Amino acid sequence: MPLSSTIYVLAIPFFMFLFLGLVGVKMPRKITGVIGVLGMAVTTVWAYAIAFTYFFGNGEGQMLDGVRQQIVTTDWTWLSFYADKLVVRLGVLLDPISAMMLIVISTVSFMVHLYSLGYMSDHDGNPEKGFQRYYADLALFTFSMLGLVVSTNIFQMFIFFEMVGVSSYLLIGFYYGQQPANHASKKAFIVTRLADLFFLIGILILSFYTETFDFKEIMGANGHDVCNAFTSAQGLTFMGCSVTGWALTFIFIGGAGKSAMYPLHIWLPDAMEGPTPVSALIHAATMVVAGVFLVARMFPLYVLEQGAMDIICVVGAFTAFYAAAVACTQSDIKRALAFSTISQIAFMMTSLAVSSAKGELIGGHEAGLGYMASMFHLFTHAMFKALLFLCAGAIIHAVHSNENSKMHGLHKYMPITSIAFLIGCLAIAGIPPFAGFFSKDEILVACYEKGIGWGLWMSMVAGMTAFYMFRIYYLIFFWKKHEVHGEHKPKDQPWTMTVPLIVLALISCVAGFVPFGKLVTWDGVQLETHLNLPVACASVGIALIGIGLATVMYWKENPLPDKLATMFKGLWTASYKRFYMDELYQFITHKIIFQGISKPIAWFDRTIIDGFFNLLGNVTNSASFGIRKMQSGNVQGYVSYYIIGAVLLAAITGIVILFV
Amino acid sequence: MDLTLLMYIVPSLIMFGCGVYGFITRKNMIAMLISLELMLNSVDINFVVFNRYLFPAQHEGMFFTLFAIAIAAAETAVAIAIIINVYRLAKNVDINQITKMKF
Amino acid sequence: MESLGNVIMYVIIALTIIVFSVLAVTTKKILRSATYLLFVLLATAAIYFQMDYEFLGATQIAVYAGGIVVLFVFAIMLTHKPGEDAAPLTSNKRILGLTACGLGVILCGVALFGFAKFASKSLPSMDDFTIDKLGQALLSTDKFGYLLPFEAVSVLLLACIIGGVVIARKR
Repeated sequence: MPLSSTIYVLAIPFFMFLFLGLVGVKMPRKITGVIGVLGMAVTTVWAYAIAFTYFFGNGEGQMLDGVRQQIVTTDWTWLSFYADKLVVRLGVLLDPISAMMLIVISTVSFMVHLYSLGYMSDHDGNPEKGFQRYYADLALFTFSMLGLVVSTNIFQMFIFFEMVGVSSYLLIGFYYGQQPANHASKKAFIVTRLADLFFLIGILILSFYTETFDFKEIMGANGHDVCNAFTSAQGLTFMGCSVTGWALTFIFIGGAGKSAMYPLHIWLPDAMEGPTPVSALIHAATMVVAGVFLVARMFPLYVLEQGAMDIICVVGAFTAFYAAAVACTQSDIKRALAFSTISQIAFMMTSLAVSSAKGELIGGHEAGLGYMASMFHLFTHAMFKALLFLCAGAIIHAVHSNENSKMHGLHKYMPITSIAFLIGCLAIAGIPPFAGFFSKDEILVACYEKGIGWGLWMSMVAGMTAFYMFRIYYLIFFWKKHEVHGEHKPKDQPWTMTVPLIVLALISCVAGFVPFGKLVTWDGVQLETHLNLPVACASVGIALIGIGLATVMYWKENPLPDKLATMFKGLWTASYKRFYMDELYQFITHKIIFQGISKPIAWFDRTIIDGFFNLLGNVTNSASFGIRKMQSGNVQGYVSYYIIGAVLLAAITGIVILFV
Repeated sequence: MDLTLLMYIVPSLIMFGCGVYGFITRKNMIAMLISLELMLNSVDINFVVFNRYLFPAQHEGMFFTLFAIAIAAAETAVAIAIIINVYRLAKNVDINQITKMKF
Repeated sequence: MESLGNVIMYVIIALTIIVFSVLAVTTKKILRSATYLLFVLLATAAIYFQMDYEFLGATQIAVYAGGIVVLFVFAIMLTHKPGEDAAPLTSNKRILGLTACGLGVILCGVALFGFAKFASKSLPSMDDFTIDKLGQALLSTDKFGYLLPFEAVSVLLLACIIGGVVIARKR
């Protein structure tokens, strides 16, 4: 498969979007669903072919002296400003991470397409209302996400960044008849838009100094030879930091908004109002890693800006802990998984940030370990988190509730789902040989290299991860006997939903053995990875401790969790309420911004500005009412006025002529 | 005794004044129309007299009057058509009775 | 120095115009008003003859005296019962009318006598203005040609014919 055909990987979903959105609504729902799945299947095969050609083929100059090259397969000039000095291009860039992302996106998207056939139907297999719209939106999202990862320049990336935001908005608000879905979609859109504003500012600063948008021109081939304009702009300072530091920090804020980093994470738990497959695709596997991808894409610049890196590091490490702490107490399984996602993405961010621990070795190898680990974790996490969400969707579809108090003891009824969920839990907890173990182990190694403190902190969070995941698992599938309501017994779902679970579970089992160090590194040079035995043992040990604790507390119904909850009541409630972050936002927006700023402005607008124009209108109106009697309808009256006016005019003219 | 320009203008001026007076004071629409004709006519006289006395080489004033007469004829025809129509509706031609076209 | 006949003629014309104008706007009987208008129009035609514009005078008589006044008489016949007087005028209207008329006349008079110097010019001689020349001028497109207004007036007259028919016809 020639690499130049990468553009069709984007074109197919876009065509599907148009087709399903425009023509599909006239067709039977089931057929549109099948068409959507088939389209996505073609896209997936194509994307796999491209990725394998890129990684393992050896034509078209993709390997030079053992260095994997970036390849631009398509390049169109879209806008050119300012006598071609500033050109916005649209194109397709293939490099290790974009090729990897092609696989991730197409795999998860295909699984979700297939799964949705079952999920978006009732128990008799009849698709629900809006089915066509759902598939059209999924296709739009897939297109935007694919476009994002193959962007050749930062402006194109911004465009697709916004497009994934829009499609996320559309899909969260899919059940627009329900108020929570509307609120959640608005919240997601507004928060990510706010972050994207910073992203845009960052882009403007960066491109102002480098005079280009293109990644290749800014960072050079494979991230070496960062352009001179950038390095000289580093010398310029603004408020104590270099301007490039500001630019990169702003860009990171944009990424943090999409990747739900603290304190911009508040939209992600609410985004779970959307259909569960959407949560799996957008809010677990693909869109939320856009921020990580963004930082990874600009990694060669971040390496040069330690200040920005430190910010990312601190934000990432704190978010990982915070989200894990919140996830330990959530009773809504999708929210718990959402916080788990936040925590895991924070892992990736931290890993990227510690990657420059040996910043002075920019040309060196070890600088890239965290980068590689981060991308590895992105890959594996996408698989097992999609798996977990799809399992959650199967459970929700069976019991019609998100609350784990309505579940309990489902293992007997849904064995396939249970085993798949267990595999996901083991993977995320980091138990060998499942996928999460390998990637998380690399992250921890990178963290320990940065400093023992970072390593310990992240290990602790890894332990918490194991604990909360198994807490959810036990609460869903064990704890006590399931209370069956009426005739309707929960059972494993139809094949369209089960097959994706099995496939993703298999991937989660084997994905850890992918030789990532040889395939995805920041500079294209292969990286030798070896298992760091002490770290691996420690992380497995701490994961086992977490699992053991969860088993003790949640395996069988017992009063221990409640006892602990009452013992640490304050802490437990704070965690359950997500440490009052939503309340804090509520306070800031409603009490400070709305009351303190918007109200006076609104008052000024209503009374002063509107008042002025109302005054003008009223004066005109009353004046007209006053003189309206002159319009008597009496023609002779008009003539008299006319003659008197003419005479006066003539008299005035005469006087002026005579005396001036 | 010379017949000067002024001697033609003064009767014309008086005619115009009468037209104004009649137009304002008359109640009957036809009478108002007659006053209107007086005013028009005085203007025609002015055109011709000024033309003849001041610019005898050209004849613009005369042509202007010629066209004005044509237009006056048209105007009168339409006005009388309107008046007759009004009479049909209101059974009189009193201008004070026809004040519907106000505010 | 004008011939005596001309002067006498002028005096008759001026007196006719002044007297019948005043009568036309003050008489109570509307049919008489139309008749007085006819005299004023005829006197105007006489002025045109004195100015050596015979064609114009003839037009004045034909169109005004012959056409418009007859139209007036018809309209009066159609809208009035025989022997009906015009309604008496209100005093405040009369004052308004007198004021407007007086002001206008005074203003024009002042302006006119301000230019008394050239206004006291006597009648200059004029080339013979024949119908032939008039016809050439009306239908020519040169300078001092009047084809465009001529055509415009024809369209206007057509519009008036149609308009008059549409407005006045019985519904």
